[in-house]
Parts: sequence; C-alpha cells; structure tokens
Amino acid sequence: MVRPSSAARLRRRARLREVWSEFASQRSGLVGLVLLLVIVVLALLAPLLVPIERLDVTRVTAPSNAAPSGGHWLGTDPQGRDVLAVLLWGSRASLLVGFAATAVSMVLGTVVGMAAGHFRGLWQGVILRFVDFFLVVPSLMLAIVLSSVLSRGLGTIILAIGVTSWAQTARIVRAQTLTIESRPYIERSIALGAGDVHVLGRHVLPSVMPLVLANTTLAVGSAIIAESTLSFLGLGDPTTFSWGSMLKSALDTGAATAGYWWYVLPPGLAIVVVVLCFTLVGRALESVLNPTLRSR
Amino acid sequence: MSVAPVDPAAVAAADELPRGPSLGRYLALRAGGSLISLVMVVVVGFFAFRILPGDPAITLTRGRQVSPEEVERLRQELGLDDALPVQFWHYLLDLLRGDLGTSYVYRRPVSELVLEHLGPTLLLTGTAALLSVVLGLWLGQKAAWRRGTWFDKIHTGLALTFWSVPTFWLGLLLLLVFGGGLGWFPTAGMETAGSDASGLAHVLDVAHHLVLPVVTMVAVVYAQYLMVMRASVLEEMHEDYLTTARAKGLREDLVRTRHAVPNALLPTTTLIFLTIGFLVAGAVTVEAVFSWPGLGYLAYQGLNAPDLPLLQGTFVVFSAAVIVMNLVADLVYRLIDPRLKAA
Repeated sequence: MVRPSSAARLRRRARLREVWSEFASQRSGLVGLVLLLVIVVLALLAPLLVPIERLDVTRVTAPSNAAPSGGHWLGTDPQGRDVLAVLLWGSRASLLVGFAATAVSMVLGTVVGMAAGHFRGLWQGVILRFVDFFLVVPSLMLAIVLSSVLSRGLGTIILAIGVTSWAQTARIVRAQTLTIESRPYIERSIALGAGDVHVLGRHVLPSVMPLVLANTTLAVGSAIIAESTLSFLGLGDPTTFSWGSMLKSALDTGAATAGYWWYVLPPGLAIVVVVLCFTLVGRALESVLNPTLRSR
Repeated sequence: MSVAPVDPAAVAAADELPRGPSLGRYLALRAGGSLISLVMVVVVGFFAFRILPGDPAITLTRGRQVSPEEVERLRQELGLDDALPVQFWHYLLDLLRGDLGTSYVYRRPVSELVLEHLGPTLLLTGTAALLSVVLGLWLGQKAAWRRGTWFDKIHTGLALTFWSVPTFWLGLLLLLVFGGGLGWFPTAGMETAGSDASGLAHVLDVAHHLVLPVVTMVAVVYAQYLMVMRASVLEEMHEDYLTTARAKGLREDLVRTRHAVPNALLPTTTLIFLTIGFLVAGAVTVEAVFSWPGLGYLAYQGLNAPDLPLLQGTFVVFSAAVIVMNLVADLVYRLIDPRLKAA
C-alpha cells in the first residue's frame, strides 16, 4: 500500500515535471535561465579566474583610463585596474545583495501578508496601516535614510533594500490568503480543531508559495537595480566592488564626459542583462503558474 | 523598492478600492489613512536619526572637525539631555512651524533650502511625467490593439529593456554620447554659469539644460505606463460593448479611441499617481548625475557630506509629497469613475 505522504510526494513530483516542461516550452524564459546560470557560475569562480591581488591599487602597473587593448580587453579604470576583472568581482556583490535582499523582502512580505489576511480586528487594522505606510513612502528615500544612519557594509544595504521592498508582496499574499481562507476546506480544518499555526502553515502557505516564487524572480532584478542605485549614490560598502560602485567612480572621475566608454558601458550593460534575465524568467514562471495571464 | 515592477496585482489594486461607503465617509477614511502615514513618516524621520547606537551629537558631526565644546553646545541645541518624548515634542512643534533644522554644509535653515530647490525639481519631474504619460499611454493602447504584431513586440520589448536599465546609468550614457562626445547638450546644472540672459534667452538656456535629464527620466518611466495601459486595454478587448460599437458600424479607430481607451484609462490613472514615488527615486539619481539643482540633488549632497539635518528634511518633504499625491489619486479616481459617482 502506498502511504499518503509518498502519494503526495509523487503527485508533487509529477506537478513539478509538468511546470518544468511548460516553462521549458517558453523560449525567452529558458534563454534567461541559461544566461543567469552562466553568470552565477562566473561570479562564483571569480577568485579562481582573477586573483584578488590583481585588483590591489598599490600593485597595478597599467596606466589609468587606458583604452581596451590585447592586455586589457575592457581597458583600465581610473586607478589602473583591469575593468574586466573589476566587473567580474563586482558581479559577486551585486548578485549576493540581489538574492539576500529579495529573501529578506519575501519572508517579511509573506509573513506580514499572511498575518494581515488571517487575523481579524485590531491586529488586522494595525498591520494594514503598517503595510500602507511602506507602500506609499518613497522606498529609495527610506533606504537612503536607513543606510546612511547604519554603519556602511553589505549587511546594511541588504537590510535597507529588504526592509523597504516587502509591502507589494505583502499585499499580493494578503489577497491570496483571503481567497484561500474563504474556501470550505479551511472551515472543515478549523472545525476539526486546527489552530492559527496549522491553518497558516499547512494550508495557506503552500498555496501562497507559487505566487511568491514567481514574484521573487522579478524582485531579484529590482533588488539588483536598488543595490546599484544605493552604491551609485555612495551608500555602498567602500571595501567591496559592485557594479554600482564602479558607476559611482565613473561619475566622480568624470569618465562619462571624458568619453571613457569602456568604464561606463560594461557595468551598466551587466546590470541590464542580469535584470532582463530575471524579468524573462519571472514572466515565464508567472505565466506557467497563472494560466489566465497566458493570453497576454 | 523604488523599481516596483508592474504586476497584475498592481492592476488589480485599482479594483480593490472600496465602493460601498458614501463620498464623505470615503474621503474621511482616506484622509485619515494618509494622516497616519504622515505621522509615521515624521516618527521615522525623528527616531531614525536619534535612536542610533552611539551619541547623536557625534553621529551628526561625523566627518567634520569639531572640538568637545562644540559637541557640548550641539547637545544643548538639540536638547539631547532632555527625555526622548520631550525631544520628540519639540521636534513636532518645530515641524509645525515649518522649521526643519539647520543644514551643516550650507549653515542655513533646511526649510529655506527645500523651498529654493523645489522649483527645479517640479520643472524636471513635471515635464518628465507629462511626456512619459502621453508617450506611455499612446504606445500602450496601440500595442494592445495590435497585440502580437511587430509593433506590439518591438514596443513591449523596448519597454522591458528600458525597465531593466538603472536610471542613473542611462543618464551617464546620454552624458557620454550627447554631452561629452557630441557636445550637443550641457553636462551639468540648470543654466549656463555666469550668464545673465533674461527673458526668452534664459528660457531657452534652461530648456537646453533640461533635455538630457528629462529624456533620461522619460525613458525609464514611460515603460511602466506602456505596460499598464496595454494590460488594461487588453482587459477591455473582449467586452460586449465593443462588439456593440462595431455593430453600430463604427470604424475600428473610433471603437478604440471612443470606447475602449476611456474605460482602460480608469485603472491607469490611479496607477500613474501611485508611481509618483518612482519619479522621486528618479529625481534623486538623475539630479545627482546631471547636478540639477533640485531637491534630489539636495538629498544627494545631504548623504555625501553627511549632512543629516538636510537628509532628514528632504526625507520628510519627499515622503509627505508622495503621500499627498496618493491621496489625490484616490480622490481623482473616485471623481472620474461614473460608476462610483452614483454611490
């Protein structure tokens, strides 16, 4: 006899295969996914490909702001470092902040959203006011305030982006929670004695997850743009390289007006490609999980 | 964060507005909600800069050369020896009088600086908002009507790409090509330094400086409007009233412009106001890139100095502006939707 849990597992596995084959049938999503994997692998391998010593300003021998050549494919930056090497190392901070900030924002958004949909009365009112505040307040300004009063570092940036970007998710999750909880099986479960934790954890969370996942992919792109914006404004960790901090030094040294395109183009293009990939994957995933969108 | 992607939920959000209560009650509810948000902004604005690990007097003077006597004087000026609730009360009273503190860099009242820099920001964001609304809505409804054609694919593709572009980088690119490279447009500021042109010459000079910052903002913002407008026209595409309009013998163009578009505009209008926060984010980065002397540039200077009173002031002003715009959005929606008027 098949135990119920393993039957559920089989069913889940079959569903997963189904989702994957539907996802794989969308070319743009697949292209995005493959490109992303390549970029993540490159970022992970950065220390092996380019030893960190080559980015030490005191040891570089190349002239500053040199145009691309055989020795430096993307030229050198104002400190004489190889732009390609800095770009590769920069991908680590940009991706790390993108993923970590999204994780913070998704967990916050899911928990608050579920609570706002589940509880009634005073608590619901308080939570909803809280969500409303984070929805309307300009998040870049709030992130700027947070990261300028806390000590500079990657952790601060992750926190600042995560804390200012969860409200949209909370709203979507709340709407979904309300829909789920109006269904009869929840009523049955409560009649059988299920508490808040059981209802939220065993019934609401699993049906909210697909929505959150599709949203997550889209949110990573936004978080990467947010990271680059904060670093560009000078709120980043001064000791690590990121695509945003490269662009900040491009602005500060007047690289754009001086025509040093090899220092202005690559970091921005890298951001655009990564964000576009996340958007493509996210949209493909969304249309698999939410078939009503497919006609668009 | 600032770059909230347009998702179906955002479109659905417009439908979430309560339709039951009467206009008066609705107004009171919305205004009350906005007031609470405003109070929360003030609370965050105050406590973020006070309840920090360490001495606020030290934090406030970080990066400057100060003697212990000066720090002591600052402590007294800020009333740091009072209890926190007392300090907050004083801060509130000052705020109600329009006093936002004194900037360290400029050594002048922050509220004076804010007023001075308000005009350029309104000019920049206003022009950019107007252009992106017109461009986004027009392209959006066209793309929806011709769904699946090359026009649709090219414009959705372009919009998605512009979406993924960080605003400030686009600014740098335009600087690189049209400012530094071709030299067609000035690279910084709002007017030519040292020129005493007046009248038309002055207007033209400002317009010349305005081109690159506005193009940067429009390119990033219009995409959002395009996608939303496209989605909401698509929602209307299969409605019965369009079949009726066609049955009456209306030309396809008239079916679109007289029937589909006005209905699709309803949810879009609210979303336009709701994206004002996005414009604020754009203002900060675009003004930083082009040294445009507006509020965003002021905030940028505030965070780089670091000039915390200036930063605190711009935060409160920006947030208050966005909250008020959101309230206006709700009211406008209520007023323009004939289905809600009867209620």
